Amino acid sequence: MAEPLLRLDGLRKHFGRLAVTDGVTLDVLPGEIHAIIGPNGAGKTTLIHEITGIVAPDDGRIVFAGADITRLSLPARARAGLARSFQITSIVGGFSVLENVALAVQARSGSSFRFAFPAAREGALNAAAMEALDQVGLADRAALPAGTLSHGEKRALELAIALATRPRLLLLDEPLAGAGPQETDRLVALLTRLRAAYTILLVEHDMQAVFALADRISVLVYGRIIATGTVAAIRANAAVRAAYLGEDDT
Amino acid sequence: MRDIAVPVVVLVALAAAPWLGFGGSYETTLMARVMILGMAAVSLAFLVGGAGLVSLGHAAALGIGAYAVAILDAHGITDAARVLPAAIGAAAIFSLVTGAIAIRTSGVHFIMITLAFGQMAFFTASSLAAYGGDDGYTMYSRTELAGTRLLENRLAFHYICLAALALTWAVCAMLLASRFGRVLRAARENAQRVEAVGLAPYPFRLVGYTLAGAMGGLAGFLLANATEFVSPATLSWQRSGELLFMVILGGAGRLWGAILGALVFVLLETWLAQQMQHWKLVFGPLLVLSVIFLRGGLAGLVARRG
Repeated sequence: MAEPLLRLDGLRKHFGRLAVTDGVTLDVLPGEIHAIIGPNGAGKTTLIHEITGIVAPDDGRIVFAGADITRLSLPARARAGLARSFQITSIVGGFSVLENVALAVQARSGSSFRFAFPAAREGALNAAAMEALDQVGLADRAALPAGTLSHGEKRALELAIALATRPRLLLLDEPLAGAGPQETDRLVALLTRLRAAYTILLVEHDMQAVFALADRISVLVYGRIIATGTVAAIRANAAVRAAYLGEDDT
Repeated sequence: MRDIAVPVVVLVALAAAPWLGFGGSYETTLMARVMILGMAAVSLAFLVGGAGLVSLGHAAALGIGAYAVAILDAHGITDAARVLPAAIGAAAIFSLVTGAIAIRTSGVHFIMITLAFGQMAFFTASSLAAYGGDDGYTMYSRTELAGTRLLENRLAFHYICLAALALTWAVCAMLLASRFGRVLRAARENAQRVEAVGLAPYPFRLVGYTLAGAMGGLAGFLLANATEFVSPATLSWQRSGELLFMVILGGAGRLWGAILGALVFVLLETWLAQQMQHWKLVFGPLLVLSVIFLRGGLAGLVARRG
C-alpha cells in the first residue's frame, strides 16, 4: 500500500466533557477521493478544523506528506500544500473573480512583500489565475466582482482559489451545501474532472454525490470513525446503517 | 481614471492657488493646514479604507513627528537632513511598537487600544516640562534645508507641502495596488480567506501600520514648521477623531477622498468660526448630516456625478 498523503493518528478533542473528536485515526491515500460522512453532530466540522489548523487537537498527530503538521498554523499548512474550501463560501466579495484567484497564485509564487509594482498588471499571476478559472469553467466571469456571482459560481470560484495554490491535498468542506439540483450536477461533474489530478478529502451531506465520487468512505459518529471502506462496503455495513437509520439504540 | 483625475485636479488647483490671488500669508497658512492634515488623513485612509485598521490614535504619529522637530530645535539641531529622518523615524518606531500589540486585536478593541496608545503619547508630551509641558513649545526657527532658510519662504513652503501631499497620496496608492496592498485589502474583507491561501495577515498589517505612522511623522514635521509651535493638543484624541472624520467625510473607500475631506473640513471649520461665536453648534450637526446623507463620502458624490 502506498504511503498515505494525510494521516490522522489518534486525534482527540474535548469541549468540556464532550469528546467531539474521540480518537480518530484515518489515512488519505495519494490520488483517492476520501469522503467523510456522518450524521449531524458527529464532529465533522471540528475534525476539518483540526486538519486545517483552526482548532488545535488535545491529543494525537496529523502527518501530512511525511511531516508532522499538528502544531502548524492555518497559513503554514496552506503553504505546505493543504488547500481547503469552506462550508460557508469564503471569498473576497469586493475583489474581481480574477483577483480572488490571483491572490492565491501570488501566495505561492514569490514574496507578497512587494510594494511598488501593481499586482493587477503581473501577467504571470493573471495567467495562472485564468488557468485555474478555466479549470472550473469560470473564465468568462473573470472580470466580474466576485460578490455578484451566483451561489454555485461562488463555490466553483472557491475551488479555483484552492486549485491556484497548487495543493497536494484538497479539503472540501461540504462543497455542495446550499447548491440547487442543477448547480449540484455541475459541481459533481467538476469534481469528477478534478479527481484525476488531485487527492481530495471530502466532507459532504449529499449521499448520492458521495457515493458517485468517493473511492473510500469513512463514517464518523459521535467523534469516532465507525467504519472505513469502499462505497459498496459502506453501503452494506450494518453499523453504518444503524447510525443513519436508527435501527440500533447505541 | 477618476481615481487619478480628481486628486490631480485638486493638487493642480493647490499648485495654482498662490497665483490666483490666494498667495497672501493668511491663505497660504490655511492651505498649508489643509495639505498637512490632508497628508495625515490620506495615510489614515490607507489604514482605514485599505487595510481595515480603524485607528483612533493617528494623531500620535503626527504629534510625535512634530515633537521630534521641536525637541531637536531646543537642542539647536535644525538641519533637515537630521530633523526629517528623526521625525519620520520616531513616528514609525512608535507605530511599529504600539502596532505590534494593537494589531493582535480587531474591531472595537483595535479602536480602543490605538486610542489608549494615543493618550499615552499625549500625556507623555504634556509632561515634557523641558519642552513646554501643557503650554507647548515655540520653536526658535524653522528647519534648515541644506543650510538655507528655504522653509521660511512662504511660496517654497507651500510647494514643499504640496509635494509632500502628492508624494503621500502616490505612495499610498502604489502600496494599495501592489502585491502587499492586495493582501491588506483582501484581509480587510476576509482575513480567513487570506490565511487559507497561505498568508498570515499580521506582518502585512504591521508593516502597513508602520508605514502609515511614518507618513504621519512626515506630516508632523511639516506641521511643526508651519506653525513653529507644538503642543500636546497635536496628539490629542480629538485630533485623531478629526483625522478619522476627514477620512469618513471624504469617503473611506478612496484615498483621495481624504484630501477632499481635509479640504472641506478645514475650510468649513475656518469659515464657520469667522461667522459666529458658537460655530461648533452648527459644525457638529453639519458633520452628522454629511455622514447620514453622503454615503461613500464626498468622493462617492464626485464619482456618481462625473
